[in-house]
Amino acid sequence: MGKRLDLTLRIWRQKNTNSSGEFVTYDLENVDVNASFLEMLDVLNEKLTLSGDEPVAFEHDCREGICGSCGAMVNGKAHGGEDKTTLCQLHMRHFKSGDVIVIEPFRAKALPVVKDLVVDRSALDRIIESGGYISVKTGSAPEANQILVKKDLADRAMDAASCIGCSACVAACPNASAMLFTSAKVVHLGSLPQGSTEAASRVINMVDEMKTNGFGNCSNEYLCEAACPKGIKVSNIAKMNQWYKQAMTNQPLSE
Amino acid sequence: MSHKLNSKVPTGDIDKQWDSHRFNLKLINPSNRRKYRIIIVGTGLAGASAAASFAEMGYSVDVFCFQDSPRRAHSIAAQGGINAAKNYCNDGDSIYRLFHDTIKGGDFRARESNVYRLAQNSVNIIDQCVAQGVPFAREYGGHLANRSFGGAQVSRTFYAKGQTGQQLLLGAYSAMMKEVHRKRIRLHTKTEMLDLVLVDGKARGIITRHLETGKIEAHAAETVILATGGYSNVFFLSTNAKGCNVTATWRAHKKGAFFANPCFTQIHPTCIPVKGDYQSKLTLMSESLRNDGRVWVPKDKNDTRHPNDIPDAERYYYLEERYPSFGNLVPRDLASRNAKYVCDEGLGVGATGLAVYLDFADAIKRDGRSAIEQRYGNLFEIYERITGDDPYTQPMMIYPAVHYTMGGLWVDYNLMSTIPGLHVLGEANFSDHGANRLGASALMQGLSDGYFVAPYTVPDYLATTDLETVDTAHPEFVTAIQNCESRIEKLLSIKGDKTVDDFHRELGLIMWDKCGMSRSQSGLEEALDAVKNLEKEFWTRVNVPGSGEALNQSLEKAGRVADFFEFSKLKIQDALHRNESCGGHFREEYQSGDGEAVRDDANFRYVAAWELDPETGEEVLHKEPLEFPNAPLSTRSYK
Ligand SMILES: Cc1cc2nc3c(=O)[nH]c(=O)nc-3n(C[C@H](O)[C@H](O)[C@H](O)COP(=O)(O)OP(=O)(O)OC[C@H]3O[C@@H](n4cnc5c(N)ncnc54)[C@H](O)[C@@H]3O)c2cc1C
Ligand code: SF4
Ligand code: FES
Repeated sequence: MGKRLDLTLRIWRQKNTNSSGEFVTYDLENVDVNASFLEMLDVLNEKLTLSGDEPVAFEHDCREGICGSCGAMVNGKAHGGEDKTTLCQLHMRHFKSGDVIVIEPFRAKALPVVKDLVVDRSALDRIIESGGYISVKTGSAPEANQILVKKDLADRAMDAASCIGCSACVAACPNASAMLFTSAKVVHLGSLPQGSTEAASRVINMVDEMKTNGFGNCSNEYLCEAACPKGIKVSNIAKMNQWYKQAMTNQPLSE
Repeated sequence: MSHKLNSKVPTGDIDKQWDSHRFNLKLINPSNRRKYRIIIVGTGLAGASAAASFAEMGYSVDVFCFQDSPRRAHSIAAQGGINAAKNYCNDGDSIYRLFHDTIKGGDFRARESNVYRLAQNSVNIIDQCVAQGVPFAREYGGHLANRSFGGAQVSRTFYAKGQTGQQLLLGAYSAMMKEVHRKRIRLHTKTEMLDLVLVDGKARGIITRHLETGKIEAHAAETVILATGGYSNVFFLSTNAKGCNVTATWRAHKKGAFFANPCFTQIHPTCIPVKGDYQSKLTLMSESLRNDGRVWVPKDKNDTRHPNDIPDAERYYYLEERYPSFGNLVPRDLASRNAKYVCDEGLGVGATGLAVYLDFADAIKRDGRSAIEQRYGNLFEIYERITGDDPYTQPMMIYPAVHYTMGGLWVDYNLMSTIPGLHVLGEANFSDHGANRLGASALMQGLSDGYFVAPYTVPDYLATTDLETVDTAHPEFVTAIQNCESRIEKLLSIKGDKTVDDFHRELGLIMWDKCGMSRSQSGLEEALDAVKNLEKEFWTRVNVPGSGEALNQSLEKAGRVADFFEFSKLKIQDALHRNESCGGHFREEYQSGDGEAVRDDANFRYVAAWELDPETGEEVLHKEPLEFPNAPLSTRSYK
């Protein structure tokens, strides 16, 4: 058994999208430092349940930092602010006894609160739907090694493809922009020979869809990169902007 | 074979079976396809690949998942890789070898024809995924890279960093979203299937609950496909995502689908051990670590020294001693079971005594820290993030954890269950892994089922079956909705003094102790009684707060745990009846003098398919005998 912490939690409670929310304070004692942040919330929820309260709603599934379900602002920082760490991978050993921890949902016009810490991220799916794919049907693929990919481009694609769709970048951005998320997909697919045929229409459609969904513009604050648990780089945004301009003026896209 | 089971395995040479079978399957005219509505539950590799493929062919598809986005299905978490018999490394691989390895790895409890087809399709899967933009690892010349995985003698595993599942799923997800855009797929996220609806004995729809609004709805279709994953979470603690559940397949079982080999569970040897009672899940550490790590425990049970202070002579390298030729690289089931044995003997380490050391000190001394960093850097990082310990300077602690379930709904060669019109894909079916799954083959199976099998076999069902028009006003749907509603009301009305997690944890402990790594008749009998008592208590003492008309995560969990209770009894019954040890199923009574599993091919070379008799409530056993003309029976030995 590890060391124990006594904590004060100030958690955003909101019944549903239409109701107004408020912070509620809970004292939680005896939290094991080896527990993850979500396990700490589990312990709170078990207590709330047995005392006749409703537990705090929060998203989670894999608890391994890969599904992108979890996420909240912890003391003003997306996912709690540890380097390249999702909320489910944040552990309580980073806190001290006596800490006050403020926990609230990711906030953005395009991500309305559903309940407590749960937000509606369907806008991100709509951005993918607008062009985040290569139009190949099942069965019509050529032999895999007929498509050669330069190692540096393959690596760039892989790095961009690591995005888990958690929306921390949106929450961290003062303009609630989804540029980092959108550019990650645009650059992943556009870097590969398989994805280059549709690269021009893809970048236009995805950027337009992003705007339609009420995400803001990029003003180069770089807070998204700092918040991203998967290390997605703002260089992807620069690449996307370059391709967008080229596509809008019917020029060939650069590598 | 039981007269109720018809495996529909084609005759003829095994390498020609799928071709000739495909030719005999009936087709549906392209212009008629949109009239057929197909329900697909699940958006993991199996469900998403099937959804995209059917929509591309022109069918009208409805897809369901409980997550807020289909991209978050549990498949996303797979790390290691996906097998394919491409033989890009020219090291002796072939379709036949992949087939043979999979049958043998499954300890001769899988159906040959299905496994051969899986090996054949493996090759097309890689082509398809690359075309979609899956960023597999590449060599400097731009060609695809391969590695050997899980003790395989050939390098046939394709991978994308440690994120293979994520990248494959994003490929299938994007293919699916392309069809959502074309309005051929209707996407129902945050929607959980609560029941299957049969009309005239055929699967014709499902009942769902929307997790945000609480709305219970009926959906009718010409056919239903389940791709809802495995049931590892019956153990509460597992490496699976928290939402993984047995509800969809269990509900189908209650409506007549036979459940096959429910006792077959895979326990993965290298996971981060349980630390405390708050623990909510277990994290897998890739088994590649055993390539360089040495597994040991102190020889003296009272040794409380820091591991670095225990001299070599006082360490028990039990795998190296017991299996001199394979050492630390014995298969998953052996590595797991031996960890349990040494801990049962009191030699385990860590706060709970349920852990063994995995030590890299020798490897670091031999190859240098930077070589080890290159090989395992990201894994060491994960370990340190979770435990706070640095594996470069002290041994890791590991312990086995439940990882994958080979059992599932029984399906024929067409992947159709015993309910006409209900096809089952991916981990949810029982079909390809026998009693033990090899590493990097679950991803392969999910995509084979979804891209390359169901798209041929489901249309054959539609083309050859009389399907009257059915809508959700049909009495079967109305009754099913009422049943779901009253179950929810019941769960919400108890307002007892224990939480859902309390019960799930207790159930998990019983299953882990008595129906986990090692099983015995008396233990299983005790477990059955304990589960029955706990289940009774659940229905009188569980506290599910809140209401059914809104997002209520306790209610979601309660429904799933209630189904796990029912399912666990069948799982125990299956383990009790299988009086042999094979693959992941180890019965203590059936072992050799030196503790090795003893298979009983004369009496148990069959698939156990269980039918729930609606009259008596009893589970009735049906047997599908297994033949191995192409992969002759042999006994595993790793001494
Ligand atoms: C940590 C880990 C690592 C792994 N690594 C590997 C590896 O390296 N290689 C390999 O081959 N395999 C690996 N596996 C196994 C492999 O990932 C899974 O077996 C496989 O991904 C299962 O895919 P699936 O499509 O069958 O189901 P899943 O991916 O589990 O998808 C299930 C889907 O069904 C939906 N669903 C479930 N129940 C319901 C319901 N009642 N109502 C509505 N929707 C429902 C879910 O929302 C989800 O969309 C690993 C597994 C784990 C846990
Ligand atoms: S770019 Fe980073 S922060 Fe944004 S959604 Fe992707 S993983 Fe999350
Ligand atoms: S729960 Fe999956 S990333 Fe945190």
